[in-house]
Amino acid sequence: MNTFSGALEFIVDRRELLLDKTLEHLVLSGAALAVALLIAVPVGVFLGHLHRGSFLAINLANVGRALPSLAVIALGLGFLGFGFTNVLVALVILAVPPILTNAYVAVDGVEAEAVEAARGMGMTPWQILRRVELPLALPLLFAGIRTSAVYVVASATLAAIAGGGGLGEILFNQASYRVEGLVGAALVVSALAFAADLALGGVQRALTPRGMRGRVSALEADVTRAGTA
Amino acid sequence: MRERRTAVEIVFDGATKQYPGRPTPAVDDLSFTIPAGEICCLVGPSGGGKTTAMKLVNRLVELTSGDVRIDGRSVRELDETELRRGIGYVIQQVGLFPHMTVAENVATVPRLLGWSRSEIRSRVDELLDLVELPAVDYRDRYASQISGGERQRVGLARALAADPPVMLMDEPFGALDPITRTRLQKELLRIQGEVRKTIVFVTHDIDEAILVGDRVAILREGGRLAQVDTPERILARPADDFVAEFVGKDRGLKRLSLTTLGEIELDAPNGAVGPSAGAETTLRDALSLMLSEGSRSLVVIGADEQPRGVLTLDRLSELLR
Amino acid sequence: MTDGPVIPDFGKASSCVAENRLFCPDWVRDNWGSVLQPAVVQHVKLTVIAVAVGFVIAFAAALLAHRHGRFERPFSVFSALVYTIPGIALFQLLVPFTGLSILTVEVALVGYTLLIIFRNVLEGLRSAPPEVLEAARGMGLTRRQTLLRVELPLALPAIVAGLRVATVSTIALATIAAFVVPEGLGRPIFAALRDYFKTEIIAAGVLAILLAIAADVLLVLAQRALTPWASARRLA
Repeated sequence: MNTFSGALEFIVDRRELLLDKTLEHLVLSGAALAVALLIAVPVGVFLGHLHRGSFLAINLANVGRALPSLAVIALGLGFLGFGFTNVLVALVILAVPPILTNAYVAVDGVEAEAVEAARGMGMTPWQILRRVELPLALPLLFAGIRTSAVYVVASATLAAIAGGGGLGEILFNQASYRVEGLVGAALVVSALAFAADLALGGVQRALTPRGMRGRVSALEADVTRAGTA
Repeated sequence: MRERRTAVEIVFDGATKQYPGRPTPAVDDLSFTIPAGEICCLVGPSGGGKTTAMKLVNRLVELTSGDVRIDGRSVRELDETELRRGIGYVIQQVGLFPHMTVAENVATVPRLLGWSRSEIRSRVDELLDLVELPAVDYRDRYASQISGGERQRVGLARALAADPPVMLMDEPFGALDPITRTRLQKELLRIQGEVRKTIVFVTHDIDEAILVGDRVAILREGGRLAQVDTPERILARPADDFVAEFVGKDRGLKRLSLTTLGEIELDAPNGAVGPSAGAETTLRDALSLMLSEGSRSLVVIGADEQPRGVLTLDRLSELLR
Repeated sequence: MTDGPVIPDFGKASSCVAENRLFCPDWVRDNWGSVLQPAVVQHVKLTVIAVAVGFVIAFAAALLAHRHGRFERPFSVFSALVYTIPGIALFQLLVPFTGLSILTVEVALVGYTLLIIFRNVLEGLRSAPPEVLEAARGMGLTRRQTLLRVELPLALPAIVAGLRVATVSTIALATIAAFVVPEGLGRPIFAALRDYFKTEIIAAGVLAILLAIAADVLLVLAQRALTPWASARRLA
């Protein structure tokens, strides 16, 4: 228990350091997530709209899950060397699968009747996508973004081994910060992960159309199964 | 081979089911007897309590007051799972176990009762033949591989597996298309001819009740018995306006469909000519034929292709009075 | 963390390794028995224990929640909480209690499997069609018999799906275990990080991925074998 009180002391005493590192951590995670979104959302949404490439999209989640984040970051280090951009690439690779898979499943899984009705009313494919498929797909898509965000925050702790900064720099440095420091950093990064999950959970709930509210948890369960074709 | 069990009588004795918080009982003081070996159809409007009444027999619904007796013993006497293993239960959506083959489905209750492997096997084959699904083809199929009508036949076989003296059937053919439905209704009557069970058959379709039932019990809303009698007598003498309304204004015609030409007394043929029909034709179809041919009489042909007699419109009308 | 040789024995120092080129097959061949294979074996052990224990706990919890609905929320929230904590952080938080030991690693790995297995088992149990349950009850199956002979078999696809995800995730996560204890495929990775020795990193990383894929395939085959009726539907 001394360790924990020591950890709390650490957090208070070195709060500037922790703030600094937390900021680095957030910047890294945020950047990786943003890039992943730019790549994965359009691809996943379009594939889902066309109902094509299900094998790829669904097995991508399987593969993504199998990628040990440590190995990917270490490989990134091996291929690209040290530094922020290189770690960023590795994190993007880790962040893409859940988003892409969920984007695909979400759009692909929009009720066929709704799409059929929209087509019958004379909407162009682009309008169908914008007005029917995307709004209905938003909850599940966002569940994927949320999963990915939490995963990225967690993986970013490993970024320190490749010079990416962040709270990992404390966690991997027992010599400088001692056990209390490591536990303190662990507490902070956990809080960060929780905060991200809660915040995005709130957004997800806000985005879910009222008519579908009760089914959100079923949707979340869908995500975990969607990855297992 | 196991001994065939004889059918038994079911008695409803003031049976009542009151759900707490509801203004009226679901089943209200129901009293009537179903003789052994008969099919009794429970009919009535939706919410009339017919399914609830049926479920009082196997205690899927518990009695609030009154009693239900099978073969003289109250249903409350036995432990409920034991009771149910002695009653065949068939429901509309069938409920075949998706993860078991047809043979395994049918074998469910015998397995629960501890029959030997060989007894079960021969029983399954026997039943599949009874419901006209050749065992050699159907034994190892799964529910997802057979049609709706075939599924309900398996459901029937499964209910008959342990040779229960009593069967409960809750709108068993309701989910099938009309052609399959008619076929299965006839199947049921044929099977009943062979096995002779006491059957409680719930349906909302009065025509089905009249076709299938040896006896029909009409329940009105609130679960009260309006009339219980043979189909013929209910159609001839409905107890009140509700029953008359329920069986329909065409009850006269319905009565005609209960009898065939071969079963009534006919006038002598005397070399009559004109439209003709076989002795197995129902009176209703005969009437239809006469009307469409514009004839006041019909020649009835026997199995030997010879005229047996003549039916006139006047005679038909007499029969209905 | 002390570890095996980064550069093979004198006199046979290959140029590939000396130049730290991307991938040197001869290093892999030479060090398979001493470094890589033991790491794989340790890794498998870590995973199997974690998934087995996690399954027992989560399965029991799901059975309980299936019977008494109010247990669902607490367990769900608890396992989700554990799931959200980043791997390294969880290890570090456990160390003061359970020390730098395999126990720490296993506790964390078990914790991460709970959410997915719990959710999938519960969902699987709830997937039995209502008319099937009604027929079972009407035929005189007891609650226990219904659970064992109807609900559980029908829940198998979902259960195995959960096991697949849990196993694959655990294999990936177990690489970080080397942070606490020099076991598993994370060990060569961490060791190689000190000198940025590319071949070792790539070899260990790829092995971890292959292990995960192999486990996934095995579990899919197991599921196909256990649920012949699902395949029948596919063919029908």
